[in-house]
Amino acid sequence: MMDFGFSISPSSTMNLDKVDLTLYDRLCSIEPDARKCMACGSCSATCTAGPWTGMSVRKVLLDIQRGKDKEAAAMLKGCMLCGKCTMVCPRGINTRHLILSLCRIYGEDAK
Amino acid sequence: MIDRFASGFDPFVIPFLIGMAFVLVYCIIGAIRLILQLDAEDKKRFFISLITPKTIWKNLKDLFLNCLIHVKLWKRNRMLGFMHSSIAFGWFMLILLGHIECFIYMPHRVKLFYYPIFFNYFVAENETTIGGSVIFFLMDFFLLLVLTGIVLAIIKRVRSRIFGMRRTTKPSLLDRVGLYSLWLIFPLRLIAESFTAHISGGSFLTIPMNMMFKAFLGDQMNMLPTWWAYSICLCIFMCVLPFTRYMHIPAEMLLIPFRNAGLTIKHARRGFAKAQVYSCPNCGVCIDACPMSVKKANIKDTTVYLNRNIRRGNEKRIEEISDKCLLCGKCTAVCQVGVDGPQMRIAQRSIRNYGLEQDYSGIDITPFKEAVAAEASPDRVLYFAGCMTALTPAISRAMESVFRKAGVDYAFMDKDGGLCCGRPILMAGRFGQARQIIRKNKEIIKASGASTLVLSCPICYKVFREHYKLEGIRVVHHTEYMLELVKAGRLSPDAGSDVLVYHDPCELGRGSGIYEQPRELLRHTGELVEAEQNRDMSICCGGSLGSLTLGFDKREDLTRNALRNLKAGNPETIVTACPLCKTTFAMYSDIPVEDIAETVNKHLK
Ligand code: SF4
Ligand code: SF4
Ligand code: SF4
Ligand code: SF4
Repeated sequence: MMDFGFSISPSSTMNLDKVDLTLYDRLCSIEPDARKCMACGSCSATCTAGPWTGMSVRKVLLDIQRGKDKEAAAMLKGCMLCGKCTMVCPRGINTRHLILSLCRIYGEDAK
Repeated sequence: MIDRFASGFDPFVIPFLIGMAFVLVYCIIGAIRLILQLDAEDKKRFFISLITPKTIWKNLKDLFLNCLIHVKLWKRNRMLGFMHSSIAFGWFMLILLGHIECFIYMPHRVKLFYYPIFFNYFVAENETTIGGSVIFFLMDFFLLLVLTGIVLAIIKRVRSRIFGMRRTTKPSLLDRVGLYSLWLIFPLRLIAESFTAHISGGSFLTIPMNMMFKAFLGDQMNMLPTWWAYSICLCIFMCVLPFTRYMHIPAEMLLIPFRNAGLTIKHARRGFAKAQVYSCPNCGVCIDACPMSVKKANIKDTTVYLNRNIRRGNEKRIEEISDKCLLCGKCTAVCQVGVDGPQMRIAQRSIRNYGLEQDYSGIDITPFKEAVAAEASPDRVLYFAGCMTALTPAISRAMESVFRKAGVDYAFMDKDGGLCCGRPILMAGRFGQARQIIRKNKEIIKASGASTLVLSCPICYKVFREHYKLEGIRVVHHTEYMLELVKAGRLSPDAGSDVLVYHDPCELGRGSGIYEQPRELLRHTGELVEAEQNRDMSICCGGSLGSLTLGFDKREDLTRNALRNLKAGNPETIVTACPLCKTTFAMYSDIPVEDIAETVNKHLK
């Protein structure tokens, strides 16, 4: 058969009633501004690390709102803490501090 | 001089002896602990410095100039300088002269620890002492000097504005006990010595006082009680000293040799850092200096409060204070004991635990290397704009134009984006991660074959200069580089008539000591006026990446204050040399803000 390079992507449906939002709730308790994000993507567009490590604040926030903590962690690991995302965020979120807070609370419950 | 008492002892010296023994034991144990807390390398450095003639001399000089004369304070504020040096130097001379007196007249008593301190009580004058009148005069003179200092100190406590200080710290309860006992020591000494002046001899202060006492009081009943009071006051002062701001007196004597040994802060709470904390006399000079303190809410986040909270072990406040600071370095520039506010805070940040650590090992730098690769050549220049410049592309465009006009063989390392320089990661206290980035960037730079690395961002500049160790490659900021080109005749900007003011970016000025090059360069392109506070007193634009917690919405007042300072000389344009300053000022300035590269490029044909 001819291979056109297409395949069926794995299902990405999720049941929002069942996802584990512990991390997101914890984040919102220490960084209430996390709720302000409107997913505009300005942060990702200016991100220094994005092109090389896949970091994107917008995606990180979306992921942990959906309980996809592992995917978010993989991105967070690539952040270079340069702070450009904070400078451009139209909602005035201190994203750099938000990233540091997130890194801090990861694995907190494991302790 | 002869002994008044065969025993050479009186019970009133006991409080003094207790206080002295306590403070000596406490400080010696403390010093040993701090020295033991240094890591092996620092310990070695410290001990070597103690036996190297050059550092011994420097230690002695610094101890004299800083602890006794307070030269740095004199430079900043003459009234404060006089107040401190009159007390410190006067007291020191009283102690020294007391010992000299003892050596000359009572050599057999020198071994008694308390004897020189209470000399005037234990001796009686006879005809042999006439030659000693010079010493008597000096003793009274230095006592008067100390008393003048004490009067000033009392005035300062009541009205600090007279001394040009808007805000100072509130002393704690123990601080106050220490303060009042310190104030009392010298008047009591004056009274006590006056009571005995007709026996032990005295000079222009004590003799007239003695006559006055005789006229009013008639008997000598009060003699012993005042000597008791003097001794008790000394005891109180020395017993509370370790728990008050006065701990700075012994601590600074350790801090100075530490600093001269070239130590750096390796641990947030131990060794060198601890010596800095204890050396802070809570003078509060750093409060008015701090750019954050234009907002009342930030006053308690200045360096003096960091030191206080570290001493008190208040972890929550330590974290808040450490994270808010802009790391602009101004508090260090004004601090007379040299507490390094920014380094102290970075150290606090570094001992934090993170559940998730950044890891950049997955980044493939081959494409970066290929993009800049070339044969090594002494003329080749590598330009790194930095990630902040990516937000202000006008600067890198201007630099490229300058390079072309000067005919420079250059490669643009991060034209299509690059890695971060590592400084923001360092500022966040993540040293291991910063090292990873530094290693990667270093490989790219090495592959470029360049012999000069030109940077547009002072934040990058500082880290490249201090942490990259690029052997054989010169690291320059574009201000320096453009000036070199002008001097070599490769660029000839035409003179304009613009009135410019230059803003010293924190990381370029205080951080790297570059003050003159940009000014010299700007004089080629226009008329230069100065800001009210400039050079090492320059005010941070407020955009600094140093602060982790200060959101940009809370920085407007800081920026406006810095702008007000810059506009003191009515400039038409604000010129800076940092992409971050430019972005920050441009948000609120009503006159144009540009980078020095843009200014120079405008004036080139
Ligand atoms: S820039 Fe701010 S609002 Fe926009 S996606 Fe990023 S965090 Fe959210
Ligand atoms: S701080 Fe991190 S997420 Fe934000 S722009 Fe820099 S690298 Fe990207
Ligand atoms: S470094 Fe700057 S912002 Fe931080 S405390 Fe010192 S003066 Fe204030
Ligand atoms: S840190 Fe320096 S300037 Fe600030 S209170 Fe202490 S000694 Fe004074």
